[in-house]
Amino acid sequence: MTTLTAPPASVEKYASAFESLDDSDFPQWLITTRLQAWANFSDLGIPIKRRGNELWKYTNLRPLADAEFEYGTIGLVSLDEIRSNGPWDDAWDTVVVVDGNFSAQLSNLHGAAGLTAGSLAEAISAGTDDVESQFASLAGRESYAFTALNTAFAGDGVYLGVAAGAQLETPVHVVFVSSDLAASRVTYPRLLVSAGENSSFTIIETYINLAGPAQLTVPVVEFFVSRGARIRHYRIQMENEKSFHIGTTRVDQKGDSSFSSTSFAVGALMGRNDIHTQLGEPGAECTLHGLYMTSGRQQQDQEISTTHAMPNCTSNQFYKGILSGKSHAVFSGKVVVERDAQKSVANQKDLNLLLSRGVRIDAKPSLEIFADDVKCGHGATAGHVDRDTLFYLRSRGVDEDAAKAILVRGFAAEMLDEFKPAALKEFVERITDGRIETLLAESDTLGTV
Amino acid sequence: MTSQNTISRTSDLSGQEYQYGFVTDIETDLAPKGLNEDIVRLISSKKREPEWMLEWRLKAYRYWVELNESESEPEWANVKYPKIDYQDIYYYAAPKSVTEAPKSLDDVDPEMLATFEKLGIPLQERAKLAGIAVDAVFDSVSVATTFEKQLGELGIIFCSFSEAVRNHPDLVKKYLGSVVPYTDNFFASLNAAVFSDGSFAYIPPGVRCPIELMTYFRINTADTGQFERTLIIADKGAYVSYLEGCTAPFRKTHQLHAAVVELIALDDSQIKYSTIQNWFPGTPEGEGGVFNFVTKRGRADKNAKISWTQVETGSAITWKYPSVILKGDNSVGEFFSVALTNNYQQADTGTKMIHIGKNTKSTIVAKGISAGHGNNTYRGQVLIMPSAENAVNHTQCDSLLIGDKCGAHTVPYIEVRNPTARLEHEASTSKVSDDQLFYLRARGLSEEEAHHMIITGWSREVFQELPFEFALEASQLLKISLEGAVG
Repeated sequence: MTTLTAPPASVEKYASAFESLDDSDFPQWLITTRLQAWANFSDLGIPIKRRGNELWKYTNLRPLADAEFEYGTIGLVSLDEIRSNGPWDDAWDTVVVVDGNFSAQLSNLHGAAGLTAGSLAEAISAGTDDVESQFASLAGRESYAFTALNTAFAGDGVYLGVAAGAQLETPVHVVFVSSDLAASRVTYPRLLVSAGENSSFTIIETYINLAGPAQLTVPVVEFFVSRGARIRHYRIQMENEKSFHIGTTRVDQKGDSSFSSTSFAVGALMGRNDIHTQLGEPGAECTLHGLYMTSGRQQQDQEISTTHAMPNCTSNQFYKGILSGKSHAVFSGKVVVERDAQKSVANQKDLNLLLSRGVRIDAKPSLEIFADDVKCGHGATAGHVDRDTLFYLRSRGVDEDAAKAILVRGFAAEMLDEFKPAALKEFVERITDGRIETLLAESDTLGTV
Repeated sequence: MTSQNTISRTSDLSGQEYQYGFVTDIETDLAPKGLNEDIVRLISSKKREPEWMLEWRLKAYRYWVELNESESEPEWANVKYPKIDYQDIYYYAAPKSVTEAPKSLDDVDPEMLATFEKLGIPLQERAKLAGIAVDAVFDSVSVATTFEKQLGELGIIFCSFSEAVRNHPDLVKKYLGSVVPYTDNFFASLNAAVFSDGSFAYIPPGVRCPIELMTYFRINTADTGQFERTLIIADKGAYVSYLEGCTAPFRKTHQLHAAVVELIALDDSQIKYSTIQNWFPGTPEGEGGVFNFVTKRGRADKNAKISWTQVETGSAITWKYPSVILKGDNSVGEFFSVALTNNYQQADTGTKMIHIGKNTKSTIVAKGISAGHGNNTYRGQVLIMPSAENAVNHTQCDSLLIGDKCGAHTVPYIEVRNPTARLEHEASTSKVSDDQLFYLRARGLSEEEAHHMIITGWSREVFQELPFEFALEASQLLKISLEGAVG
């Protein structure tokens, strides 16, 4: 493979796995792309630098860089395990990926008209539609360690194509599951979504982790949203409490398209949700919403950004966080309005509920505006539930525990209401209720100060 | 009389691009260009400083050399400028006639006094009428301090920094570097090594300073760096309002200004610090102008209050974050700012509010105006430490864009380590609305007048924090600075 002078120490751990990759089945363009990505990752290494590392200012990747992860083993997963650990509806078109590899056996596809859903490796071999020009064009060639790392190991994953004009009535569910093996492993989930002109559909992206030890999951998702297409996207992150999840989503939107996403981040020891939408033609709009909950020593890091490159686009970022125990959350929102993007409207908001001593929230909602005819605003808050609020409920006969649960649940409700498919809504509500019990058990300030 | 004078002065301002662009032709005592230990020693000896002061400077210098060698000049701010050659700057320039320290105002070079007249500083008798004590720093050397005697009767010390080092060494030793240590940042280290003068104020316990203290800074000599240092101490229960103004002549080359201001507000005291910064912003084509890299920070002890108000219309580059360390319980920090960038000006400015004590409160109101090719960034940090029980912060940042070649950016850092804190941050970015303009135009105002009226109204929240005369000057400055940006 490529020889480089003294790559950063954290690169070595991934080198032998990369060198033993079998690329005999792949077309030359993918092999070239992977080599370039590896060269890129070798240069960059894991971004552990503490000074001047604005993208990772509040999240120290040292524990990740120091940990060892195996690569390449694929375990067995049963359908029941998937059903009981994530959202599920038989009516949905479900695509399952186990340890990075597409599983035809576990997938549940109904042959909806206009939907191509299946293995990314097959789509690459078969040269399906624009896969060659699309793959890694949004994520994988830029100077960013984690998309480079994923791309270097890219082989399989999910390809989702929706034909122009197709209106899918039931959601498409993509499940990335880490199987129950004893080792700490790294997986590189990959999803490519190509939405044809004026198509319309709902997609649910779920990460489930059945393993005991710490896993490293480095997903990369690319959305190509053609003119007039409308996508409703949900992202559910349910990794185990020892794991690292460093997800990157890149969305390219053409004219008059709509991309609306709600994320539900509760899992992992360190979870990162990095999403960027490019409003590349006039009239595009995007909505990026999310709920994160942290307890124990957990950390959730939201890196949310939107670029308005053309006039008359609208963007909306709105995140809510609930923190307890000794946990830490980061919200870094960014809206860039470029010179030509007149008549842009952008809103950005991050609200946090702090439940105990020892929590830490770092919020950085930033705006970079280069056009004058714009309406942009942002807001951020952090606060707690005070004594008076709790007293109000208590004085109406609600017992203390119930009152606390009502207050926290009430804060989350606005986000939970965004999960429209019934089975999905039932799932996130059930998980949230369970999480609130944990959050409250670790809370020492709610209603006391 | 004063207000008459001010009015005629400000009315003169209109129709001029940069009124303060004159050069005063007076002999200056220049040290050779470049920076080394000898220059630091020279500055110290010129100031007849005691050994401990020189030692402190040398420590700072050595630290700065390390920073410079490891290329630690800060790069995170949203400003672009050619690399500064620190060996191509004069670090010491004193007006020659002042080297024999003036005994009274009569000893001051008449040409310099004429300069101050052009600046409109009410020095001498006019100072008394204006009720302002002025410490004018001319190319880094304090020229004359008015009102010293009157203040002295109250026990207030207001003098140049060099005098303070000689006459009040205990106070200087105790507080110098206690809020901005020489290791603080690149420019603060540089300042600590080569600062030439500045102002010093001490208000004794329980004393309310009856007049506003003022320092006027001016860079005159070409290729000169100005490194003044201000130290203000409000002892327990004291109150002081301090004003600072600055100008520099037209120069096609850049001038470096790296100042440090330290405020110490002891228990129950209050310091109000107002700045009108009107350093030369460069030509409309972006040539020349002052690089303004300033470190300003205050420490508020128990029940103390520190309030920063700034109107920033000058400088090619402004890099400045007046901050408050809210150390004592119930202390209060405030930051009110209007920053304007026109032509090719760049500003990266904001504040830091570090909450340490219980029940600490901070308020931030920052207004940014961008016009021409200007780029204006609000960068602020609100940090709530675990000990800061029931801390409250409210931040409001508004940006206004005039024209389609400028930029307005907002980068707040909100860091909370205590769950009982309450923080609110809100910001908006927009242009002057067509409806508002139409309303005023329909009533016979020109487009320029209408813009000025809207912008002044929009900035009112900050202007009303300024002492009256400053508020008037600030409004006029905005008008002049925006000339040509509208229509």
